[in-house]
Parts: sequence; structure tokens; C-alpha cells
Amino acid sequence: MTTARRTQLKRELPPAAALAGLLLTVAIAAPSFFAAGNLRDVALNNAATLLVAVGMTLVILGGEVDISVASQFAVCSVAAGMLARSGVPMTLLPLAIVALGAALGALNGVLVGVLRLPSIIVTLAMFVAWRDALRWATEGAWVQDLPRDFQWLGLAPAAAQTVIVGVAFAVLALFAWGLRSSGAGRALYTVGSDAEAARLAGIEPSRVLLGAFVVLGALVGLAATLNAVRFTSVPSNAGVGLELKAIAAVVIGGTAISGGRGRLLGTLFGVALLGTIGTGLAFLGINPFWEKAIQGGIILAALVSDAVIGGLESHVRFVSRARPAAG
Amino acid sequence: MLIAPDRGPVLQAIDVAKSYGGVRALRGATLELRAGEVHGLVGENGAGKSTLIKILTGAVRPDGGEIVVEGRPLLQHSPRAAKAKGIAAIYQQPALFPELSVAENLATGVEAHRAWGRIDWGARRARAVQLLARVGARIDPDAEAGDLSMPEQQLVEIARALGADAKVLILDEPTASLAYDDARNLFRVIGELRARGVGLIYITHRLEELPEIADRVTVLRDGQTIGTRDMRDVTRDQLIQMMVGRELSAVFPKHAVAIGEPMLELRGVGCVPAGVRDVTLDVRAGEIVGVAGLVGAGRTALARIVFGLTPADAGEIRVRGRRVSIGSPAEAIALGIGYCPEDRRQHGIVPEMPVSANVTLAALDRFSDGRPLGAFDFARERSVAADYVRRLGIRTPSIFTRVGSLSGGNQQKVALSRWLLTKPSVLILDEPTQGIDVGAKAEIHSLMVGLAEQGVAIVMISSELPEILGMSDRVAVMRGGTVVEVLGRDEASQEHLLAAALGGHAAPAA
Repeated sequence: MTTARRTQLKRELPPAAALAGLLLTVAIAAPSFFAAGNLRDVALNNAATLLVAVGMTLVILGGEVDISVASQFAVCSVAAGMLARSGVPMTLLPLAIVALGAALGALNGVLVGVLRLPSIIVTLAMFVAWRDALRWATEGAWVQDLPRDFQWLGLAPAAAQTVIVGVAFAVLALFAWGLRSSGAGRALYTVGSDAEAARLAGIEPSRVLLGAFVVLGALVGLAATLNAVRFTSVPSNAGVGLELKAIAAVVIGGTAISGGRGRLLGTLFGVALLGTIGTGLAFLGINPFWEKAIQGGIILAALVSDAVIGGLESHVRFVSRARPAAG
Repeated sequence: MLIAPDRGPVLQAIDVAKSYGGVRALRGATLELRAGEVHGLVGENGAGKSTLIKILTGAVRPDGGEIVVEGRPLLQHSPRAAKAKGIAAIYQQPALFPELSVAENLATGVEAHRAWGRIDWGARRARAVQLLARVGARIDPDAEAGDLSMPEQQLVEIARALGADAKVLILDEPTASLAYDDARNLFRVIGELRARGVGLIYITHRLEELPEIADRVTVLRDGQTIGTRDMRDVTRDQLIQMMVGRELSAVFPKHAVAIGEPMLELRGVGCVPAGVRDVTLDVRAGEIVGVAGLVGAGRTALARIVFGLTPADAGEIRVRGRRVSIGSPAEAIALGIGYCPEDRRQHGIVPEMPVSANVTLAALDRFSDGRPLGAFDFARERSVAADYVRRLGIRTPSIFTRVGSLSGGNQQKVALSRWLLTKPSVLILDEPTQGIDVGAKAEIHSLMVGLAEQGVAIVMISSELPEILGMSDRVAVMRGGTVVEVLGRDEASQEHLLAAALGGHAAPAA
């Protein structure tokens, strides 16, 4: 696996180096960043993003994208609040919301995978549709008066926080293993590389893509639940900007936006990098208004480095493909 | 040296060489084209014709040798430079802008415009009318190019080349998908262009066309020019001898094997959208059935039906005697059918992925089913891949090398090993040796015979008549979307197959 590994690691090197650089800078300039409490806050704040980014990695590896995750996240968050208020026990609530998210994802998956509509347009439409449907349904009101055991799932805050971060990392580990070591993971990479070749090998791209969207939706549902229980009310505009963060984390992590190449390790680096910049800047005493600009710069840098690496690769590919077709 | 202006060489390729990666596509191709001459260029698939054309038109830069246009060496190699020297090429598939009108197509790239960049519509149209008249085409200059028939589009392309003042016109298998009458008309236009002093390079697989239209002919084999002959002095058999360079029977490892039960039976199978109708054909265990026919005769479309890519909407398919309906490749694979598609670089392999993953792709289940947690068995994948690399003689640095970086023949072997692993009862090979070098070709042929010995029923689609004749137990000829004739190994001849493939208007063999 030497060659494959080397190119893979090359893809994940830039975000890892950037993250290391940032942490090093912070460690020197503001070591209090590494206080246990702060690290826990950073992890807690990014657990939901990590879950969504894991699902997004799958969809992007399949050669598609989902812009509607933030709206799905809002729908799931509000649904979680309303179900809790209507008396659904906290043991069932996460399952119900995961199922709801999976259903939302399945809708995207059917439109993209089965009907072969372009995912960027389908999910753009869904992004608008769910967000505005929710605005109409809630009239912008937050879900309040939640049962007492809603916050922290009825657990002690510290225990609940461990559960939230633990679940996010467990999901990451599970899918990292699955991508590498399951037939389904192999099928996903193949579909993202060349859907027609996958079909000719007996892999149904429509099923694989449907599966990826369903998993993403389910993870959005899980993320929404774990995020909502951190508070005592649910805002109807939860998750605004989440799609940008998730897609950016995946791209920064070295996954090719055209599909077929990338790993979840890179996505973890991407989420960590985007998630620590804000806090890191605050600790360094830099005006937090710079955060978005710096995030944008990182995304651009990631794309450029991908183009340079990809450019070299595609040059090799071009030369090898340009073999004579017939004399 | 003083030469008559209309007989001097307008274009010379001298000792041109070109390699792609490790594959030498051309290693000494020489061609001299005179003004006012139709110069045939023939050779088997993979002989280097396409590469030579790409070099002449500036699409590909040669590694060695020289291109001389009207006595001056061509220093720059780019499509633009070639065009400026008056070299134009017309390919089998027309390359017009389908959404633009004929007149607009004829104007692209050559038209002067009025002040402020305004288009002179009147002049543009008048010019189109005049150019179309020169090729004797009755085509409305205002029609959209995409609405024209294939032969009409070809004529528009020729008119466009004339409009760009082409001195050299390269025609790459222009009659491959033309009906008889359209081909006759094309020959007439070619004759007129020659009379006007245009030099024409005419590439064809239809040798019988050459005595009629060509003055001289150059034969390429394995990237080298074997010779140039006056058409008057050479017979068809001599040309074939030059192209093949060896006795046909010696080339193919085919030998008789025991023929068993029917593995694949098609009864009146058709699919309207795929343009295939009423195909009846049996393929038995141990048998290699060649499928011959022109491009567009429905050979690949038939393969795609059997493999479930475009499911049949008429007739009956039986696999191992059992009636089946095949709705997807996954179902076809489950029934024991394998399919190596025509252009392996397109979809037969996944070039980004390593050799090992390409070998196991159609049998992923077998590496995870029944394992703890369904974990993929990487160790077994490695040993299986290494085994195929050894058995098939796949030349690759390692099983982790990206398949895209291997040579064509080795890519094809990887594509084949994928199906060997699924142990199919029926294996469909679409142009299995297209564009791969002679050595690898022979290896793939031996492999096919070995599979037949193990009782696999093989369907081999090929445009190469020697391959069809050399490898098949029986030959099915397709024309117009159906099988028109099935011939036994002893009945089939190049002439007969060609006549059947061409249909009623078949030119008698030269």
C-alpha cells in the first residue's frame, strides 16, 4: 500500500501542517488556550460540525455535494425541541431525530442518485425550501419551555459533554474504518472515481449515492440532537452557515471535490483547523472579525494546494491516458 | 531539383517517432504526399495511423523525425501551425458545432469581419453557398449543423477545409459509417478535390475502396512504414501481407476445444432505444463466437443488452438454459456474465485505483462476506491480485500501482482479470485487443483460448477481421441492429464477412 499511502498522506499534509502551526503559535503566545476547560469548549463547539463533516466527506467522496445540511440541521433541531415538549422521552428522541435526518437525506439521495439530478441544484433548492418552510411553520419563534431533562439529556453536564464529544469521535472512527475496510467504502470510492466503471463492475451508483446521502442526513440529525441539548431552548435558525463549514472542512482536509480521493483523517484536521481559529485568534488578541477572512484564505489555500498536487497527478494521468487509441 | 508544381510533395513525414510512456506508437513512419494525389494509408488497428495523423495535424508533438510542408520543415507543432500551413483533417465522427448553422460553421476561424467586429451576414451566406457548391452538396446554409445527416455533415466539413484553403486534406475512415450512395458521392468529391491539386491522405480499413480512388498507398505496421506502392502495382493480397507481415494462421493460438451446453441463448432479443432488434444467437460452453460488423451495426449495443445496461424490451434470454431477465450489470454478474467494454480507459478500469482494487472490483462481496464485522480481507485481495499479475504476465511495478499508469495491453489484462475472478459462464469481450501492442495481443488471445478450455462461453466483438477469423469458432455478422448471418469457422472469409457486414451494396472483393 506504499504508493497509495504516500499520495494519500500528501493530501492530508497541508491541513495537518497548518493546524500544527496554529497550535504551536498559540502554545507560545497564549498557553492558557490549552487549559482543559477551553479545550473541552472547543471540542464541544465543534462536535456537531465534525459529525456533519463526516457525512459530507462520504457524499463528496461519491462525487456529489449537499448544500442543504444547515437547513436539515435546523429542521431536526426544531423537531427535537417540539418532540421533547410533546412528551417524547429523551431515550427515544435521538433515534427519532436521526431517523428524521435520514429521511431528509433520503429525499436528496433519491433526487440525486436515482433521478440523476445535479446535487448542487437539488440541495440548493432543499436548502431554501427547508429553511423557509421552517420559518413559515415556526414564524421565527424559538422552541421554549422544554422539559427539564432536555438539557444535557437529563445527565450531569460534565457527563453529557463527554458523551457528546465521545459520540462524535466514535462516529468518526467508525466511518474511517468503514471507508477503508468495508466493501461499501470501496464501492463509494469507485463511484466517485468513475460512476460508469463502477456500474460496469456491478456496483449500482444510485444505491451507493442514496446510501451516502442517507448517512449524511442521519448524522445531521444526530448532530442537531447533540447540539440542541446543550441549551434550554432551540432557535429556529439553528445551524446557519453549517454547510459552508462542513464542506470547507472536507475540502481543507484534502478530499477531492470531484470525488474518489480523500480520507476522514483529513476531515478531522479540517474541522479542527476551522474550529480552533476563532478561539485561537481570541487568545492571540487578534480582532475576531478576522476569523471569517482567515477561514476564506485557508479554503483558497487548500484548493490551490489541491490543484497543484492534483495538477501533477492529472498530468501523469494525461500522459498515461494519451496512449494511442488505434493506429 | 526542379519539380512540376502540381506533382511535388506537398507534405512529407520523415522518420517520425512518438512514444507514450513506455509504448512506442511510431518508430519510423515515413509518408510523402504529392499535390493532386489521393494517398491511401492503411494498417491494422494499433499500427500507428491515428498517431501519425495527430502529428500531421499538430495535435501531438513528435519525439523524432521531421514534418516538411512544401519543402519547408515544420518547426512548430500545434493545431494552429498545421492549419496555417493548410493541413486539415476530417474524422469519422463529424466535428461541427451542432447548434450553429451551416454558414456559421463554415465561417468559424476564417472569416474577416466588418468595422466594429460586425458580422457581414450577406457575405457569410454567399461564401457558404459557394463552398457547398464546390463539394456538390445540396444543403441549406441556414440549417443547424446538428440536424444534418452524417454524410451531409461530412461534406460541410470538407467545405470548411476548402474554405480554409486546405492544401492537404486528411480523411480518417470517412466511409466507415456511410451508406453506399453516400460513399459514392464522397468519392466523387474526393476526385474533384484531387483534380484541383489538393493532396489527400485517405485512411481506410476497406481495402477494396483503394483501387478506385487512391493513386498510391502507404502501409504502416507496428509504428513503422512498411512501404509505399503505386496502387496499379499492388494487389489486395499483397497489401494485406504488408499490413500483417506474417501468415495469418500462425498468429492466433486458437485451437479446437470441446464444445458443451449452450450457456447463453438469445431468441429474438431486441431493444428499441438501443437500436437492436430480433437477435437470435447461441453461445456454448468452450466456444468463442466472434461478432463482426461495421461501427454502428449494433454489436456493442447487443453486449450492453446482455449485460443489463440497456435491458431488452423484446425476446427471450436464457443463461445456462434458464430463462432470465437482466435489468442491471449487478444482476448480469450474479448470473455469471462478465463484460469487458470497448474502451477500457473509459470505464473498463478505474485508472485512479491501484491494480489490486481493480482486480477485485466486480467481486467485492467475496472479500467481505462472512468475515467478522464484514471487514474487507486485504490480505486475500493482495494475494489474489499478485496471483493474477503473475498468471497473466501483467507488467506493473507493484499491485499498488495506479492502473492508469500501465500500458494499454496491461490495462486490458487487469480488466480481464477482474472477470476471471468472478468465474463467469459467459464472457463478453468488446474489442479486446484494440490499440494494444502485438505481444500483449497474442497473450490475451492465449488467455481467451485458455478460458474457452475451462468451459467459458466467449462472445468476442471485434472490428479486426483477422482477429475474428483467427479466434472464432463461429462468426455472427451484425448489420442494422441485428445478426444477419452466422458462419462456421471454415465458411468465414474476410471477403464474405465484409460483404455480409456491408449488406446489399457490398463492393465485390478486389
